[in-house]
Amino acid sequence: MGEVRILVPTLLQPLVGGSAELRLEVGAGAPLSELLDAVAGEFPVFGRRVRDETGKLRRYVNIYLDGDEVRRLDGLETQIAAGQELMIIQSVAGG
Amino acid sequence: MKNSAGAQTEHSGTTHLLAVGTKKGLWLGTSSDRQNYVFTGPHFLMAEIPSIAIDTREGRTRILVGLRSEHWGPTVAHSDDLGATWDEPERGAITFPPDTGSALERVWQIQPDSADRPGVVWAGCEPISVWKSTDNGEHFELNRGLWDHPHRTEWGAGYGGAAAHTVLPSPADPTTIHVAMSTGGVYRSTDGGASWQPRNNGIGASFMPVDTPEFGQCVHKIARDSNQPEVLFAQNHGGVYRSANNGDSWDNIAQGLPADFGFTILTHPHRSDTAWVIPIKADAERIPPEGKLAVHRTDDGGASWTSFTDGLLEPECNVVLRDAAAVDAASPVGLFFGTRGGTVYASADEGESFVPVLRQLPDVLCVRAAGIEL
Repeated sequence: MGEVRILVPTLLQPLVGGSAELRLEVGAGAPLSELLDAVAGEFPVFGRRVRDETGKLRRYVNIYLDGDEVRRLDGLETQIAAGQELMIIQSVAGG
Repeated sequence: MKNSAGAQTEHSGTTHLLAVGTKKGLWLGTSSDRQNYVFTGPHFLMAEIPSIAIDTREGRTRILVGLRSEHWGPTVAHSDDLGATWDEPERGAITFPPDTGSALERVWQIQPDSADRPGVVWAGCEPISVWKSTDNGEHFELNRGLWDHPHRTEWGAGYGGAAAHTVLPSPADPTTIHVAMSTGGVYRSTDGGASWQPRNNGIGASFMPVDTPEFGQCVHKIARDSNQPEVLFAQNHGGVYRSANNGDSWDNIAQGLPADFGFTILTHPHRSDTAWVIPIKADAERIPPEGKLAVHRTDDGGASWTSFTDGLLEPECNVVLRDAAAVDAASPVGLFFGTRGGTVYASADEGESFVPVLRQLPDVLCVRAAGIEL
């Protein structure tokens, strides 16, 4: 067990109690979806901003694991280990 | 007096509320004369606002908005203090049940039911679906009758997406509801939403190999007559129609209009057979005829039309979208609309003359107006 840091974009910080950063305890080999489930359990509106009700990551939301976009890894099945850092960023969209 | 939108007739001394949903946020205005407004906004900057309802039932003013962020998705929020604060149900007011495997894309319509059905609010959404709330729009339940409809695989998407964009509960009969979708056309339920039948007889579909198919039309908007609930009006993707029999058949009433294309159609909240349209030249030429915006009104069920242009700016190359126009319930009735060029007009004389009350906003997607008690 150990901690994972989740960096929250400014626009979503009001939905997680104003925090710029969340820290979660993770077991070995926890998939990203489980972490997001845990955060959504505590902060449901935040959860709906990041993923839709099918559990899919929203199209213009990117999550980076230690600098790598998770879609280029194993998506929501990407294994997360203690000590790693997740950064959530909205991608380019809109006009 | 009740009307089909669930609002009460407005009395003198009422404050007039105007809500304008755009591609980049919501503006809320109040006025004593429907000509001069004080606006707040943008609320929800950078979120599009395709649907708004002003629910004045139960002695309070609730503003419901369907909003959608390109990044963060769609949701429904409501305010009971004219936009000073907003609430959003934690689990979402509208979320598809897991067994559907679907996700909400956009809330196209929020429609309070009539005043004698307090708490009931309907929604029409993308993907094509109808929803019903019995708690003033805080939680909605998917209508399974329409969701499981055998025609579903044959419904298509208009340019804006595949959506149920209009939901009209009948004030005369709680079991009768009309829905319009693009594309699919008009469907009616007479059993409270358990089952739905297409009701497009007479409505054209110029983009299909069959001119008047049973369903598949791209009906852009329908509106119900306030005093004759069995009378409906439709602005089609080509064609303006009236039905005298609850949608069983439709008669083209476009003669006398400069064009039969358009998106919006409105009915008078108190007077029978009065309706307004704002024509667009054609499917392939989506500007007002001759580049001049005009509001056309019939007072005789579509037998004749009168054009009103007083106060409308020229030239105008932008269209008025299906929900970017509304009437209030005051007397005389106010008519309000906004263009994709971001100009919002108000009329305090039943659409005969207008003043621009907002300019250079983002594309106007939805306009709603009501009298409220402060």
